[in-house]
Amino acid sequence: MSTEQNNEPIIKTGVQNVAIGARDRPDETVLEATNLDVYYGDERAIDDVSIEIPETKVTAMIGPSGCGKSTFLRSINRMNDQIDAARIDGDLYFQGKNVYDEDVDPVALRRKIGMVFQKPNPFPKSIHDNVAYGLRVQGKDDDVNLDEAVERALRAAALWDEVKDKLDSSGLDLSGGQQQRLCIARAIAPDPEVLLMDEPASALDPIATSKIEDLIADLAEEYTVVIVTHNMQQAARISDKTAVFLTGGELVEFDDTTTIFENPDDNRVEDYITGKFG
Amino acid sequence: MSTDTDDAPFAESEETPFTDIDLGWEHRKNRIFLGIIFAASMFGVVMLALLLLDVVTDFYRGQTEFGISLIDFFTRDGSRRQELAGFRGAIVASVMLMIFTAILAFFVGVGSAIYLEEYAPDNRVTRLIEANLANLAGVPSIVYGLLALAAFVNGIGLGPILLAGAIALALLVMPIIIVSTQEALRAVPDSMRNGSYATGATKWQTIRGVVLPAAMPGIMTGTILALARAIGETAPLIMVGALFTNRIAWGPFDRFSAMPTQIYNWAAEPEPHFIHLAATGIAVLLAFLFAMNGIAIYLRNKYERDL
Amino acid sequence: MSTETDPGPGITGGTARDDIESNRRARRILFGCASITVLTTLAIFFVLFDNAASYFFGARFTEMLMGASVEQTVTFTEFFTGTRWAPSHATPSHGALPIIFGTLAITVGAAFVSIPIGTATAIYLSEYASPAVRSKLKPTLEILAGIPTIVYGYFAIAFINPVILGPIAGALFGINLGRYSLLSGMLVVGIMTIPMVSSISEDAMSAVPDDLRNGAYALGATKYNVSTRIVLPASISGVFASYILAVSRAIGETMAVTLAAGFNANITANPFDEVMTMTAYMVSRARGTSAVGTVDYQSLFAVGLLLFLMTLAMNLLNDWFKRRFQEEYR
Ligand SMILES: Nc1ncnc2c1ncn2[C@@H]1O[C@H](COP(=O)(O)OP(=O)(O)OP(=O)(O)O)[C@@H](O)[C@H]1O
Ligand SMILES: [Mg+2]
Repeated sequence: MSTEQNNEPIIKTGVQNVAIGARDRPDETVLEATNLDVYYGDERAIDDVSIEIPETKVTAMIGPSGCGKSTFLRSINRMNDQIDAARIDGDLYFQGKNVYDEDVDPVALRRKIGMVFQKPNPFPKSIHDNVAYGLRVQGKDDDVNLDEAVERALRAAALWDEVKDKLDSSGLDLSGGQQQRLCIARAIAPDPEVLLMDEPASALDPIATSKIEDLIADLAEEYTVVIVTHNMQQAARISDKTAVFLTGGELVEFDDTTTIFENPDDNRVEDYITGKFG
Repeated sequence: MSTDTDDAPFAESEETPFTDIDLGWEHRKNRIFLGIIFAASMFGVVMLALLLLDVVTDFYRGQTEFGISLIDFFTRDGSRRQELAGFRGAIVASVMLMIFTAILAFFVGVGSAIYLEEYAPDNRVTRLIEANLANLAGVPSIVYGLLALAAFVNGIGLGPILLAGAIALALLVMPIIIVSTQEALRAVPDSMRNGSYATGATKWQTIRGVVLPAAMPGIMTGTILALARAIGETAPLIMVGALFTNRIAWGPFDRFSAMPTQIYNWAAEPEPHFIHLAATGIAVLLAFLFAMNGIAIYLRNKYERDL
Repeated sequence: MSTETDPGPGITGGTARDDIESNRRARRILFGCASITVLTTLAIFFVLFDNAASYFFGARFTEMLMGASVEQTVTFTEFFTGTRWAPSHATPSHGALPIIFGTLAITVGAAFVSIPIGTATAIYLSEYASPAVRSKLKPTLEILAGIPTIVYGYFAIAFINPVILGPIAGALFGINLGRYSLLSGMLVVGIMTIPMVSSISEDAMSAVPDDLRNGAYALGATKYNVSTRIVLPASISGVFASYILAVSRAIGETMAVTLAAGFNANITANPFDEVMTMTAYMVSRARGTSAVGTVDYQSLFAVGLLLFLMTLAMNLLNDWFKRRFQEEYR
């Protein structure tokens, strides 16, 4: 870690104070894909996608099942590296640096870009150790008070009150919605700059879902959030920008969320949003 | 993906945005760890190579330096005199042991598996049988030898005959046959059973007509592998009293010494000539083993293609 | 089928009655087959206890029932604490400690070989090896597991002891190594139990869902972090089960230790000494029919019973362990 980063708090909470006016800043692109193709073997899952994702905004990705939303998300933090058949063409820039350059270390990249998965996947460890895991593997456990960092992350994930008395019990003993919030706490504990979320609420009931939506709104005060969702209302509620993918991995439209939902350019987007399609 | 996480170059990336995090040590740890566990994995392979190499060189030196003639080896029986000793009686005894072990263990083993998989209700008796199976599989082979010695050799007075050895081996491999048969039965899809029931077949008719034929290749594979385990078993035969004859066994009621016990006899002798006889015997035993495993693998592959 | 020719009551039996009856008969016969496995266990218990009784009390239980006199010939104190094992010597001595020591020393020594190497191999196979390497390494280790123990015994007496250990003992310690040594037994049993540890542990590790791995990778973990902090802890109960099985196997191992470690019942701290395990003792005293009624014959069962109880304890520990520490994520 660089010294200049050390001066900042590892977990920036008290979001409201720190990031006042973040949304009023002019868009600054943090992630940019140009002519990105992703293949699984011979099959193309992402087709020539170009997109600029703004900093500290919530960008939603919607589209029918199998259109490549998860694939796109995984190509941002190079989780596709874990899939043997996956192959990539084109460029993807994070803070101006192509993440597929020879000299980029995916391990380092993933320490800057956190991820929350569709299915909650807590480790079979205590709640405390789940949240501390990222700090530990990233070697940040020496720099911070681990217990405080865990508490901050759990508070930020709106889980603290429910688990503060049983931090030593297994993460697997939580309910599905709590598990997912635990995974969010785990992802934000090491203080990444971007948070990727792949249908984080798809396994949850409405109450848990709304908790997570509130949480995303808070997180966006200081993190860049990219979220995949099947839930149109959810995308409309929580996102600033929306990208619509259609079958074949094509990005058909990307614009302000209000524009996409009220006045889309592309007929297919309108059809999809109004349910005539996909 | 073509660029594997841990092969990605990182060392010279000091100026890139993501390497204000210094991961050099992290990756070095990973490499060192990989080096260690790779070396550990190779240990087993190297030992296997050394073992086979040792057997082959001793076999070869037996032919060249000790004048062990393969023709004599296959046509003579055991003998106290090194220049007269051969392996014929041992081979014959081992083959007969296999046959009787197979007869004794196959039907009972397969029958048990059918009961447990197809008929057994989920009650305490069934759970007891299943738990007992797991424990039987962990009983040392020498204990089966003691059982046969006390119950059959001396208890009912069979004497140290080949059949007593076959009983010990049959009891020993029974759990293996049962478990592999259970797996083969479980692999038969329920749709097949239902198709048979829908025509009005009883359970037994369904098992005989549909389930068993479908599972048979898997059952055969498991049985052959179990027999391959039995053919190398030494301790139970020694307990039964197989060490003390050099004569060939002509039938199940004769005294016998099989391949592994003959090898033990030779390997325990101090003279180098006997050590090389043992190596020659091991070469023959391993040839049997590899052939049996080959057949099992062939059956398994053929079976998998059919499914 | 009966329903077509005989409507109404046909569905309650009719011509199917014979088939239903033969199904019942088949069920009874098959149950009989399955009970044979239970009978085997009972027979093992009975035979071992019955004959061991004649070693300790001068008569088998069956003979006692027929009125044979009972006199304690060997006390349990002597058996478990005596340090000289010579049951059929002219001046007999029944202290089994030396052969118990031989068995335990080899078991512990073997565990020091098989546990680290087997675990490392399992991690390599499950987490690091490419599919191509895996598809070659796994069958190779299976061969290692399929080689008869007598061949390992030969490997010990013809190679490990004279070719590897002999020169080391001579050059470093000035010891003239005999045909047998404790260290040779530890090594050879360690080698033969590596595949047990590696294959069972690898199964447990492969069963860890990829979700967990991805969760860690997404946090910027290296493969080393994932292997040691996620996969190993998540599969630990299966991994321990493999250790218990390997130890149990080492305790009951016979031919390899007999040819490797020898027949000299003695308690020693020198790994180059010849020792005798419980199983090696049994091999050395096996005489078929001729020995019935002698102390030699009776002692076989006393030692065999102890061996059986030791491995049974390991098996029960394994069962308990599996039930107690079910992998949470399942
Ligand atoms: N690991 C993989 N190996 C091979 N093909 C894959 C893999 N993962 C995804 N695909 C293929 O890539 C395409 C896009 O899949 P992806 O999971 O990105 O879709 P998605 O938009 O996230 O769908 P959903 O909304 O159902 O989650 C699909 O056709 C899928 O079959
Ligand atoms: Mg998806």
